[in-house]
Amino acid sequence: MNGSQARQRTGTGRWAELALVLVAVAIGVGAYASVGVGVTGGLPAGTLRYGLLLLAIGVGAHLLVRWRAAWADPVLLPTALALNGLGLAMIHRLDLAAAAEAVRLGVPVPAPEATGQLVWSVVGVGLMVLVLVLVPDHRVLARFTYLTFLLGVVLLLLPLVPGLGVEINGARIWISLLGQSFQPGEAAKVVMVVAFSSYLVVHREALALAGRRVLRIDLPRGRDLGPILVVWLIGMAILVFELDLGAALLFFGIFVVLLFIATERVGWLVVGLLLAAAGGLAAYTLFVHVQTRVQAWLAPFADPDANYQIIQSLYGLAYGGVLGAGLGQGQPDLIPFAESDFIAAAVGEELGLTGLMVVLVLFGVLVARGLRAAIGVRDPFGTLLAAGLATAIGLQVFVVVGGVTKLIPLTGLTTPFLSLGGSSLVMNWVIIGLLLRVSDAGRRPAPAPPPPLTEAHTQAVRLR
Amino acid sequence: MNRAIRRWSVVMLLLFGALLANVTFVQAFWADELNARSDNRRVLLEEFSRQRGPILVADQAVALSQPSTGQFQYRRVYPDPRLYSHATGFYSWLYGRSSTERTANDVLAGTDETLFARRIVDLVAGRPPEGGSVRLTLLPQAQLAAVDALGGQVGAVVALDPRTGAILAMASTPGFDPNPLADPDAEVQEEAWNNYRSDPLQPLLNRAIARTYPPGSTFKLVTAAAALESGQYTTDGPVPGPAQLQLPGSTSVLTNSSGGECGPGGTTTLTDALRISCNTAFAAIGIELGDDALRAQAEAFGYNSQPLPAYNAATSVFPPDLDPAQTAQAAIGQFDVRATPLQVAMTSAAIANGGTLMRPYLVAEALAPDLAPLEVTEPTVQSVAVSAGTAAALTDMMVTVVESGTGANAAIAGVEVAGKTGTAERGPGESPLAWFTSFAPAEDPLVAVAVVIEDPSGDVEISGGRLAAPIARAVMQAVLLNQGGQG
Repeated sequence: MNGSQARQRTGTGRWAELALVLVAVAIGVGAYASVGVGVTGGLPAGTLRYGLLLLAIGVGAHLLVRWRAAWADPVLLPTALALNGLGLAMIHRLDLAAAAEAVRLGVPVPAPEATGQLVWSVVGVGLMVLVLVLVPDHRVLARFTYLTFLLGVVLLLLPLVPGLGVEINGARIWISLLGQSFQPGEAAKVVMVVAFSSYLVVHREALALAGRRVLRIDLPRGRDLGPILVVWLIGMAILVFELDLGAALLFFGIFVVLLFIATERVGWLVVGLLLAAAGGLAAYTLFVHVQTRVQAWLAPFADPDANYQIIQSLYGLAYGGVLGAGLGQGQPDLIPFAESDFIAAAVGEELGLTGLMVVLVLFGVLVARGLRAAIGVRDPFGTLLAAGLATAIGLQVFVVVGGVTKLIPLTGLTTPFLSLGGSSLVMNWVIIGLLLRVSDAGRRPAPAPPPPLTEAHTQAVRLR
Repeated sequence: MNRAIRRWSVVMLLLFGALLANVTFVQAFWADELNARSDNRRVLLEEFSRQRGPILVADQAVALSQPSTGQFQYRRVYPDPRLYSHATGFYSWLYGRSSTERTANDVLAGTDETLFARRIVDLVAGRPPEGGSVRLTLLPQAQLAAVDALGGQVGAVVALDPRTGAILAMASTPGFDPNPLADPDAEVQEEAWNNYRSDPLQPLLNRAIARTYPPGSTFKLVTAAAALESGQYTTDGPVPGPAQLQLPGSTSVLTNSSGGECGPGGTTTLTDALRISCNTAFAAIGIELGDDALRAQAEAFGYNSQPLPAYNAATSVFPPDLDPAQTAQAAIGQFDVRATPLQVAMTSAAIANGGTLMRPYLVAEALAPDLAPLEVTEPTVQSVAVSAGTAAALTDMMVTVVESGTGANAAIAGVEVAGKTGTAERGPGESPLAWFTSFAPAEDPLVAVAVVIEDPSGDVEISGGRLAAPIARAVMQAVLLNQGGQG
């Protein structure tokens, strides 16, 4: 945890961040304008206004980062901004398709989703800044381990509360509050990473060292593992109960990876994989819904009606080919839920393999920068927190993009920053805020060490 | 913990690598297959918004795209569906594509590789991409004669140019109208489709190439060919022709359609046996030659292999492992022998072409939007069915069929016509089939024809000559009048 401590930094990277923010804004505005040109043949009327708004958000966020986290990693903010901008353009594009379809059918044009998403983007960036302001030192978060756990469990439980929870598309993972719907699971994800990290910081040595050795595997003591296991089981049970299997998979993955990082024992990854396999098998036998998903993955064309969604996703990707149909020139609206779970397929269709690879690489950069922040920071809590959050983004992207491109069976999850949905977007910005905070702590030069003794104005005292 | 994070980041790298590899596979390698799937509405949408090239017969467009209002910019129009519905097929938003609309889709839609350079030029010039066109081998006059002659009967006609294998006429009745299937109104499409599908006469079925029937006596040409090729028989040597033939190992007895003997004393010649379509003679020859010899000869004529594979033509069948009784029945085109009208025409065409069977084809050439030829179909030899000597002998025998035998109705004044009638029994409760196959002129053939009529009315015994032969004559005349001397 003292990897980069010795390296002297010549700059904070803030100017690089500003330059990259401008590039990210250009990507977002360019995509928006390109959608307009692709659909209507001309530059959309509000391009300048929209561009100025994105610029204000980007530069504003940059200035606030400069103010509150001057040594933070300069790549995180622009990468997230670029992804958010691409997502907005894609959702706007699907709005236009929905409007055209409504006009064709002679039904009222639905309200554009992109407007709401833009508001959520502003809220998200605002929350990121709020995290930087309210949490000047991430180590405070480690103080209330059990309260944090409790908060996480409560968040997970909220959708099950009668009158508050709503079931949408077969999964009871939403709550409705003040006319808005939220996915508290998205917040629970971040809260749980904080809780796991703070618990593991205290107990990791005990988990790794104390315990009995059974069949060449070091088993940790029950009292060290117990609490974490109980909370984790509660979380999993709730998620399974809510039929949110994608989130269950994600939670499990984060949990196992944090255990592995905290204890440095590969055995945890092996045990985790075995448990995941067993859990997958159990889910397969218990839920028809899971069997359908696995069948759709193995042989989508065996039942084109039931597997319509994944088939349309594949057709979209194929139609995009290597270079893409061009923004506004494909038919991503043929994919059900193109704006949420399947947005990666919509990107693949209109921006092609090239564009989808860029998006995946951007996510890869986010994950890599998060892990680097974990390595760079000096305190073990910061390390676990950053590693957990980076892993959360990475695994989520893998599960959802792998699902819509038929690499793995489909599980419902949002694509960070791209998908329509306020809760997901806002919480991902919170993750960026936390990563910025941790990276700031790691990159900030250590306070100047006390001058060496030889230069001190002390007198050698002759004893004899 | 940093060591663990470094290890974990390698795992993350592998996971992202898997994502990248997978999208590369889907979008760069699997894409062509996905795009070609017929239920892929994206590709259809794009196709439907583009001007599709016409299907030509001679210089007339029999399927073309016209500007349309509604969901798409263009719609498909078929000016003469009565003649060409089975040749063009349909092009429907709801029901996909069939026949030439399907087989030549890449050229018509402008997505064929041969059009690639033009697409780039179109792109640079800012022109909307245009589809190429295809010209069919059909001869309009022959096609008209075939459809007119079939009239209201249920049946099919195939006419081939024996020298090339080009299909000059391909008719199947009842036909259908592909226009409503291409209508911009989905309900019109649906109604037409349901009508065609519920019609017991199956108007969407192209009987000429996609349905097999028992070939009946027309198969005697194959048996005669096998007999001559075996060296054991000559055209004028004696062959048995009794009134009845006891099938080996069976109590069944095979008779002639006349009920009597085929010649004095129950003996006849191969030529006479073919002329009067003597069942017992060919059954006896079949038993003598054995099923392997018959099968080998049938396969040399094209049985047991699929012609026109792009058009999903049916494969004509000579069944495996026959006992002598079954062989006797197979030798006269019964038992489980099945043939399409195309196959029967190919048999005649091979005999007409000196024993060499040319591979049948329907698309003469593919043309670029500016009508520059992209791809011209060159005639190819499918097989050598019989020697030139055997072909000449069979031709002479077939000429007697028309001059003084069962095929008199196919005679054309001033032209020597070679032919063979057929009447095939079908299963119990089904009426027999009337067949006729022929070619003309016998000495220098320009056209070979096969005609089948389902449910012939009247005296079934002679229906092949009575009902089918005049249709064959009409088609042959049309070809001779319009293509005489053409190369």
